[in-house]
Amino acid sequence: MRLSVNGQNRESPELINILELLETLELNPERVVVELNRDILTADRYADTRLRDGDTLELIQFVGGG
Amino acid sequence: MQIVVNEEFFQVEAGVSLFELRDCQKPNADLVIVNGYPVDEDQKLKDGDRVVLLCHGEQPTATDLEALMRARHTPGVHEKIKNSCVGIAGVGGLGSNIAVALARVGVGKLVVADFDLVEPSNLNRQHYFIDQIGLPKVLALRDLIARINPFVELKAIHEKITSVNLPTYFSGVDVMVEAFDVVAQKTMLVSHFLSNFPQIPLVAASGMAGYEPANSITTRKAAENLYICGDAVTAVEPGQGLLAPRVGIAAHHQANAVLRLLLGEEP
Repeated sequence: MRLSVNGQNRESPELINILELLETLELNPERVVVELNRDILTADRYADTRLRDGDTLELIQFVGGG
Repeated sequence: MQIVVNEEFFQVEAGVSLFELRDCQKPNADLVIVNGYPVDEDQKLKDGDRVVLLCHGEQPTATDLEALMRARHTPGVHEKIKNSCVGIAGVGGLGSNIAVALARVGVGKLVVADFDLVEPSNLNRQHYFIDQIGLPKVLALRDLIARINPFVELKAIHEKITSVNLPTYFSGVDVMVEAFDVVAQKTMLVSHFLSNFPQIPLVAASGMAGYEPANSITTRKAAENLYICGDAVTAVEPGQGLLAPRVGIAAHHQANAVLRLLLGEEP
């Protein structure tokens, strides 16, 4: 299936969830905010949110300091 | 005709001049502000003029102080932000400087939350003083802001912000600010706030450590109602600490983004 991730098209296996997508991309879930089809998700939903063909994701990475 | 003198409505006869008014109301005033601008020369008063009469060096009354501070705010800005409320999660290097900037500009209400105490290691970049070491940061900040602009209402929450208590403390804000230090806290705040309140804009920060060029720090829209200030790259890590200039730049990017959002502009 095809996903849009940060504006780039990306082929992905079917039935993948958000946690698995982050693992594939080597992104630490604690350092990322996920927007799926214009809704921000909380981390407790990553494992049970399966992605579907045509989904649009923004994976917004944060670094520490303030 | 009707004019406003030091925040009070006055009826005056047509043809009365500014200095006649001053000599009648406050003869020793040496600072005369009309509609936001200091004036040196006499002029005829017009219906609706806002006049502020003050004495240099004199400790003003609360009414005079508000009039003077109001006179220095850009017309049209003050009215809008005076009734607005901004939430700030974390009042360290970012949040303390953001709160001070928003208080100076005249945001009416701030809700600030931080569980931490002022420590010596904070003084390299955070808006606190040596005699405040050991105080909860939110209380130290409340004292400072009362000395800067006593017309700001500040709600101080000395508690760790979690996904559970966040909706209670910040439900009424017009704009939310993420000003934490630890990255997992940043993402927790952003994701839980925008999940709970997708209609309220949030201004976050990421990437302001070290002494890279100031101009690498930007304000960008990252998602619906999410704005991020910083260079997105420079994490705090061994050998790359947090220094006052870039933390201050990122903080003031955030404060300006908040101001623009309150005024209905895209940051």
